[in-house]
Amino acid sequence: MSSGIAPGRRATRLSGRAWVPYAYLAPALLVYGVFLLFPIARAAQFSFFDWDGIGESTFVGLDNYVRVFQDGQLLEAFGHAFVLIFFFSILPLAIGLLVAAVLNRSTVKGLGFFRTVLFLPQVIAMVVVAVAWRQIYAPDGVLNGTLRALGLGNLTRPWLGDYTFTLPAVGLVGTWVATGLVIVLMLAGMGRIPREQYEAARLDGANSVREFFAVTLPAVRGEITVALTLTIIAALKTFDLVYVTTRGGPGTSTTVPSYEIYRRAFEIGDVGLAAAVGIVLTIVVLLITTVINRIGDRS
Amino acid sequence: MNKRSRTLLSGAGAGLLVLSLAACAPGAGGSSSGDEETGDISTDISGVEDMTLTVWDQEVRGGQNEQMEQLNAAFEEKYPNITIERNSQSFEDLGTTLRLALTDTDAPDVVQANNGRNSMGAFVEAGQLRPLDDYADEYGWFDRYSENVLQYSTYSEDATTFGDGELYGLPQVGEVVGVYYSKSKLEALGLEVPETWSDFTSAVEAASEDEPALQLGNIDQWPAGHVFGPIQGQFVDAADITSLGLGNPGASWTTPENVEAANELQSWVDAGYFNEGVNGTDYDAAWQAFGAGAGTFLMAGSWVAPDLEDAMGDDVGFFAPTRDDGSIATTGGTGLPFTITSAAENNDVAAAYIDFITSDDAMDVLAETGNLPVNRTAELAPESGVLADIYTVFGEVTESGDLLPYLDYATPTFGDTLGQSLQDLIDGRVDAEAFSEQLEADYAGFASGDE
Repeated sequence: MSSGIAPGRRATRLSGRAWVPYAYLAPALLVYGVFLLFPIARAAQFSFFDWDGIGESTFVGLDNYVRVFQDGQLLEAFGHAFVLIFFFSILPLAIGLLVAAVLNRSTVKGLGFFRTVLFLPQVIAMVVVAVAWRQIYAPDGVLNGTLRALGLGNLTRPWLGDYTFTLPAVGLVGTWVATGLVIVLMLAGMGRIPREQYEAARLDGANSVREFFAVTLPAVRGEITVALTLTIIAALKTFDLVYVTTRGGPGTSTTVPSYEIYRRAFEIGDVGLAAAVGIVLTIVVLLITTVINRIGDRS
Repeated sequence: MNKRSRTLLSGAGAGLLVLSLAACAPGAGGSSSGDEETGDISTDISGVEDMTLTVWDQEVRGGQNEQMEQLNAAFEEKYPNITIERNSQSFEDLGTTLRLALTDTDAPDVVQANNGRNSMGAFVEAGQLRPLDDYADEYGWFDRYSENVLQYSTYSEDATTFGDGELYGLPQVGEVVGVYYSKSKLEALGLEVPETWSDFTSAVEAASEDEPALQLGNIDQWPAGHVFGPIQGQFVDAADITSLGLGNPGASWTTPENVEAANELQSWVDAGYFNEGVNGTDYDAAWQAFGAGAGTFLMAGSWVAPDLEDAMGDDVGFFAPTRDDGSIATTGGTGLPFTITSAAENNDVAAAYIDFITSDDAMDVLAETGNLPVNRTAELAPESGVLADIYTVFGEVTESGDLLPYLDYATPTFGDTLGQSLQDLIDGRVDAEAFSEQLEADYAGFASGDE
C-alpha cells in the first residue's frame, strides 16, 4: 500500500461523505429515470385506463390485462414471438457453436476477415436488412431465381405471401442477423480456453466430438447465457422486421406483440390495451431472461 | 451492488413511480383554448391583426408540395397580415402524430385529417375539430363541391354517423380507382378498349391466354381492396356499399350480392388472371412490372398515373368500366380534407385559408402542377395522355356516377380486417361466404355500437 493514507482514516473519510458516489451516479440515474423509468411507469399507468389517445380516459382497473389474455389475435402474436425465439436464438446458437468450434480448432487464414463478414449483419440497421430480404423473397426475387436455376422450380413460392412459410422465412432473416453475433461471442469465449486442456483431452483419447462436449461447451457457458439473453430479447421485441416485410400478413400469420402495440396505439387508438400488451411483453422478457441467467450462473 | 445502494435505487424508482401515477389521468388535462363557436363569423380577414396561421399538411411529394407552396405564397401576398407556418409530414407520420398534436394546448390551426373513423371520426367525437357548415354557407362551399365528395368529410356531431351531419373539412384533390391498360398490348390482342364490365371481363379472359392479364402486388394487404372495390361496385347497390364503407347501420356484408362479388375476385385468381404469388408481391413491384410490359391491365388508383406515364409514355390509358346498364360506379375519394381545429386561434382566418386553397383559381394551380383537382375536373383536363383519361373518369364519376368509398373507412379496425380477409380469399383459405362473414362481424359489431 503506497497510498499514504492510513486504513482507518480512509474509512471515516468515506463514510463521512456517503453521498459522494451517488452524486457521480446522479446524472446517469436522472437520464435513466427520465427516459426509461418514467415512461415505463407512465405506460403502466395508461394500461389501467380505457383511452383512445385523444379524449377523456376512464379508469378500468385490470380490464385491459384481461383483454390481453382473451384477445385471440394478441395471443396468436405472442405465439409467433415464441416461434421466432427458435429462429433468433436456438438456431443461431447451434450454428454459432458449431462454426466457432471449427474455426477455433483449425488454423484458418484470415480469421479476422471472416469474423468481420459474419458480424456484418449485426451492424446493418434492421430496416435495411428487412428491405433487402423483402427483395430476396419476392416472387421473382433472388431466392426463387436460384431455385429455378437449380432445377428446383417446384419449390418456388411467394415466400412472404404463403401462410405456412412466411413466419419461418421472416424468422430465418433473424437467424441470419443473429448468427454472426453468436459466433463472435463464442469465438471470444473459446479463445480463452487453454490449449493444454485440449491436449489433455486428446491424451485421454477424446475425439473432436467428445472434446467439444467435455472442454469447449462448459467453458463458454457464460457466453451462451449472454448470447441467449440478447437474442431472445431481440426475438420478442421484433418490430421493424415484420413492419417492413409483411405488416403481419398474409392474414395474421406473422403478427408479433410489438407490431400489435404499434397498431393498436397509433392506428386503432386503443392506447390502454396497447400499454397493457407492452407491460405484459416486458414482464415476459424479464421472466425468460431471469430464468436463463439463473441457469447460466448455476455453475 | 451493496444493500444500501440497492435500497436507494429502488427508493428512487418508487419515487418516480409515485410521481408519475400522481400525475393527471391520461387525456384529462388537454382542454382546447381558442375562440369558441360564436355565430359571429366573417369572410373578410383583411382587417385582422398580424398573426401566424399554423398549418399541418401531408403534401410532401413533387407536384403536391409545389401546389401548396404556390398557394401559400399567393395567400400571404393577398393577406400581408397573415404569416403561414407550414409543417409538412408524410401521410403515415401525420396520421400517427396528429392525435398527440390535437390534444396539445398549442395545437395547429388547420390540419389535414384522414377521412376515416379512426382519424377524423375520432377527432370529431373528441370535439377537436370545428364544424364548418356556417362558413360553407357564407363561402358557398356546398355549391362548389359535389355532394358525392363532401359526404366523406361529413359527420354527425357525436361522430356516430359518417356521411351525414356537419361538414368538417374540404379536400383539394380527387382520387379514383380504375383500370390502366397497355394500348399496344390491347391492339396486339385485337381488342377494343372495354366500355362495360362484361366487355372488361371478357377482355381479361382473352388477354390471359399467354400470360396473366392483371398485375397485383398485395403484400401490404390494402392493394387488393382497390381490385375488390370496383368489382363490388358492379354487383352491389351503391347505397349499400356506402353504408358498409362508412360504417353506418342498415346494410350487410353477407348479402348474396356481396358474396357474388367475393366469388368473382376468387374466380379471377383461380382462373390465373393475376400474376403468381399476389400476396407475396410488392405493390410498387406490381405496377412497375406493368409499366415494364407485364400483363395488359392494372387495377389501381389515379396516384400511380404520373409514374406509369414516365415508364410507358403514350402507351398507357385509363378507364373505369360502366355497369352493364351504362351507369358508372367505382372506388375513389378525395385527398385528405383540410380541417379547422377547435384550438384554432382565429376561425375566420383558418376558414379563409381553406377557402383560398380550394377555390376555382386554386384548381387551376392544382391542374398545372399535375394533381387531380377535385372540382372543375373535366374542364381542366389536359388534352391528351393518361391524365386526360383520369380527369374524364373522375369528372364522370363525381358528377353523374357513384364515387364509392374506400371500404376501410368503415370502422377503426376495418382496414386490417379487410386486408387480412382479402389475403385469405385470394389464397383460397376461405370461400366467399366465410369472407363476407369475417367482414360482417367487424362491421355489424361496430354499427350496432358494441365497440
